[in-house]
Amino acid sequence: MSVNEETREIRRRSWRDVDLRAVAPFVALVLLLILGALVNPNFIGINNLANVATRSAFIAIIAIGATFVISSGDLDLSVGSMVAFVASLMILFMNSGVIADPALMLTAAMVLAVVAGCACGLANGLVTTVGRIEPFIATLGTMGIYRGLTTWLSQGGAITLRDPALQEMYRPAYFGSILGLPVPIAVILAVTCVAAFVLYRTRYGRHVVAVGSNSDVARYSGIPVNRVRTIAFVIQGLCVAIAVLLYVPRLGSTSATTGILWELQAITAVVVGGTALKGGAGRVWGTICGAFILELVGNIMLLSNFISEYLIGAIQGAIIIIAMLVQRSLVRKS
Amino acid sequence: MNSKTGDVGSVVLSAKRISKSFNGVQVLFSVDFDLRAGEIHALMGENGAGKSTLVKILSGFEQPTSGEILLDGRPVKLPPNGAAEALGIVIIHQEFNLAEHLTVTESLFLGREVTRFGVLDRKHMRSETRRVLDLLGSHIDENAMISSLSIADKQMVEIAKAISRDARIVFMDEPTAVLSREETNYLFKQVRKLRDLGTAFVFVSHKLDEVMELTDRVTVLRDGQWIKTSPTAILDGESIAQLMVGRELSKLFPAKSEPNVDEEIMLSVSGLSTGYVRDASFDVRKGEILGFSGMIGSGRTELMEAIAGLRSRASGEVTINGVPVSSGDVHAANRSGLAYMTKDRKAKGLLLGSRMTANLTLQSLDKHGQLGYLSPASEAAALERARRRFDIRVRDGNVVAGRMSGGNQQKLLLAKVMETEPDIIIIDEPTRGIDVGTKQQIYHFISALARDGRAIIVVSSEMPEVIGLCTRVAVMREGRIVGMLEGDEISEQEIMRYAAGLKKKTAA
Repeated sequence: MSVNEETREIRRRSWRDVDLRAVAPFVALVLLLILGALVNPNFIGINNLANVATRSAFIAIIAIGATFVISSGDLDLSVGSMVAFVASLMILFMNSGVIADPALMLTAAMVLAVVAGCACGLANGLVTTVGRIEPFIATLGTMGIYRGLTTWLSQGGAITLRDPALQEMYRPAYFGSILGLPVPIAVILAVTCVAAFVLYRTRYGRHVVAVGSNSDVARYSGIPVNRVRTIAFVIQGLCVAIAVLLYVPRLGSTSATTGILWELQAITAVVVGGTALKGGAGRVWGTICGAFILELVGNIMLLSNFISEYLIGAIQGAIIIIAMLVQRSLVRKS
Repeated sequence: MNSKTGDVGSVVLSAKRISKSFNGVQVLFSVDFDLRAGEIHALMGENGAGKSTLVKILSGFEQPTSGEILLDGRPVKLPPNGAAEALGIVIIHQEFNLAEHLTVTESLFLGREVTRFGVLDRKHMRSETRRVLDLLGSHIDENAMISSLSIADKQMVEIAKAISRDARIVFMDEPTAVLSREETNYLFKQVRKLRDLGTAFVFVSHKLDEVMELTDRVTVLRDGQWIKTSPTAILDGESIAQLMVGRELSKLFPAKSEPNVDEEIMLSVSGLSTGYVRDASFDVRKGEILGFSGMIGSGRTELMEAIAGLRSRASGEVTINGVPVSSGDVHAANRSGLAYMTKDRKAKGLLLGSRMTANLTLQSLDKHGQLGYLSPASEAAALERARRRFDIRVRDGNVVAGRMSGGNQQKLLLAKVMETEPDIIIIDEPTRGIDVGTKQQIYHFISALARDGRAIIVVSSEMPEVIGLCTRVAVMREGRIVGMLEGDEISEQEIMRYAAGLKKKTAA
C-alpha cells in the first residue's frame, strides 16, 4: 500500500469515526427548528429565534461552567442559589451609594459580582477537594447556604436597584446590541469561544478531561488532581457571575426565588449537549446547543397551543431521559 | 455437611488432559489433576504457570478448550459463574466476596434466605449459622457486622459460607496472603478439622513453608504444563522450588552491560518505610538495570510508589540526582528526573477512551506550547516520533487507547513516560499481558535506555525477565529487601530461596 493510499484510507476511516454523540445534539436542534417551522410560520423568523437565544443566555452561560465541572467528574448543584446570592450582593452594593460616580459605581459592582462568583466557586471546590466530600453533597450544602443568605439579605422579599441613573446606564447590557447582535447572544458566543479554547487547546483543558476520565491515571501522570477540580469550580463561579451581569439589568431586581431550579436546567443542557455525566468528555458547543434546545422547546409550546405551557417542566424532564437513551444507543453502535 | 458422599481417599474431582487458550495464546497444556476426598492438595507454580486458570476451570468459571472434568468419576460440564456451588464446589477468592454492611448470618444466607410464610425466618438462619460456626470452632458472633470483623474472621465467614452450602471441594487462592502468623495457624486448624470430616481442599500458595506444614499432596505446574504430583512428605522446600523453576532462559534478552563500579549514583534510597515497606535502602548507578523480584504482595510496588512520590513515606530519604526529594511529592520527583511507569496500564497508565496523542503528552504537556496553550503540530510531531522510536503499530492514528492491543498499549505507556525525558526510570512489570515478540522488543528498549546512561529499575514477577535483564537483583519479602544478588548469584533457585523465606541476607 503506497503512502498516498494509506493516508486516504485513514481519512476515510476518520470520516466514519465521527463521533455520533457529538453530532446528535445538533441534529436534534435542526429537527426542532423544522418542527417549530411546521407548527407556526412565525417561529422561524429572525426576531423570534434571536429572542429565544437571548432568553437562553443565563442557562447557556451557567451551563458552560457546568461543562468544566462535569467534565472533571464533579457536579455543582449550587449554581441557581449562587445566581441569586451574587445578584443580591451586587444590587445591595449599588444601592449602598458608596461611590458617587455612576459609571465608577457600575464598574465596581461588576468587579464585585465577578469576585463574589469566583469566591463562591472556590468555596465549592475547597469543600469538595480539601474536605473530601462528595460534590453532590458538598454543593447541596452550599446550595442551601447561598439560598439562605439571599433570603436573609432580602428579608424574604425582593432586592431592587433603586438609582434610576444606574438603571438607565446598565440597561443596554441586556437590552442593547453590538453590530446588530443582541448583547446576551454576543456574550454567549464570546464565553463559548473562550471556553472551547481553554477546554480543547490548553494544558488545563487536557488536565480536566484526564481527571474526569480517570483520576488515577491523572495522578500517576503527575497532574495536581485537586487543583484541577477546584479551578473547574472557580470557572463555574465565574460563569455564574457573568450570567448575573446580564441578569441584573434585565429586571433590576432579585428575590429569594431567583434562579430556582436553574442548576437542573444547566445540568440538562450539559448532558443533552453530549457531555458524559460521569466525566471525561466535555463538549462546549454541544452544551450551548443543549441550552438552545431547552429554550426552543418552551418557545414551540408557547406558539403551538397543542400543549399547555404549564407542562414545560415535564417536557424538559422527558428531554433529558430521551437524550440519555439516544446517547447510549449511539455508544453501543460505535 | 450431612449430605457428604464418598469415602475419605476416593477421587472426587479430576481433570483429564485439560488445555486452555485465551485469544490464541495457550496457557494450559494437557494438564492432569486429581483431588481426593479428605485431602489438602497444594497447587504450586510461578506467576503465570497456569494455577489460577486451572482453578477457574475446575470451579466452572472458565471452560477448558479441550479435555474433560470428572466429578465423582462421571464426566461433567461445570456450570459457569459460581453455579458450580450447587455441586458442592466452592472457590474462596483472595479478595472476599462479602458485603461489609451485612451481618454474618445475612452473609451466610445471602441469595438463599430461608422464609416462613414469605417472611424471613431469622431465628432459624441465626441458629443454623451458629451451628456451622461452632462446627468450625469459631467464636465469631453470628450477629456481628462483616465490617467489624478482622481479616481472619472474614476468611472464616467465607469458609463457613462454603460449609453451609455443603461444599465438598474448596479452592483457596492465596488464603494466607492477608493473614498474620497467628491468624494463619487458626485458619489451618479449621481447615484440618474439615479435611478430617472429608472435605477436599485445593490450596494455592506461594509460601513454601505453609505448603510443607499444611498439605498432603503437591502438584507443580510450570509454563502451563503439569510437572509433578507427589505426597508432600517426600518433598522439601528446595525440591519444590527446583520443580517450579528449572527452565533454561531463552534468547529473549539483549546482552547485559554492567556499569562501572565508580559510575555516579543517580538514585539513592535509605531507610525508607511506609505502612508496609520496612527500612528499604539501595542505590542505582548510571547505566545500571536493577531488578526487583519477590512474590506478589511483597511490597515492591508500594516501595516504588513511595520513591516516585505517589505515596507518602513514614520515614527514610530519597535522593534523586543528588537532590533530596520530600515525601509524597510527585512533581519534585519528576522535576529531579525520575519517572515511574505503573504496572496497571489500564487503570492507572492510560486514558482508554482518549486517543494516542492525548495519552502520549499527558505527562509532558509543558513541552507543547507556552502559557498553557497546546500546539497541535508539536503534539502530532511527538506522536510521530514516539511511533517510530517505540514501533507502535496501529493502522489508524486516531484510534482510542482502549482499542489497541496490549503490546501497543504498553509501548505507548513507555513512550508516554519517556516523553518526560527522565534520567531514572522505574518500570513496574514491563511486560505484563503482552505477547512474546513485543516482550523481546521491550527488553531491547530497556537495555538501550540503560546504555544511553539512564538508571533503570525493573520490578517484575517474571523471574526470567529479572534474570535476563538485570545486573543486580533485589529480592523483597513481606515488605523488606531480604537479598541483593549480583553476577552469578542471580538464578531462579536463589531468588526463590529468598522470596520464599528460606534464606535471608546475612549482611546488608
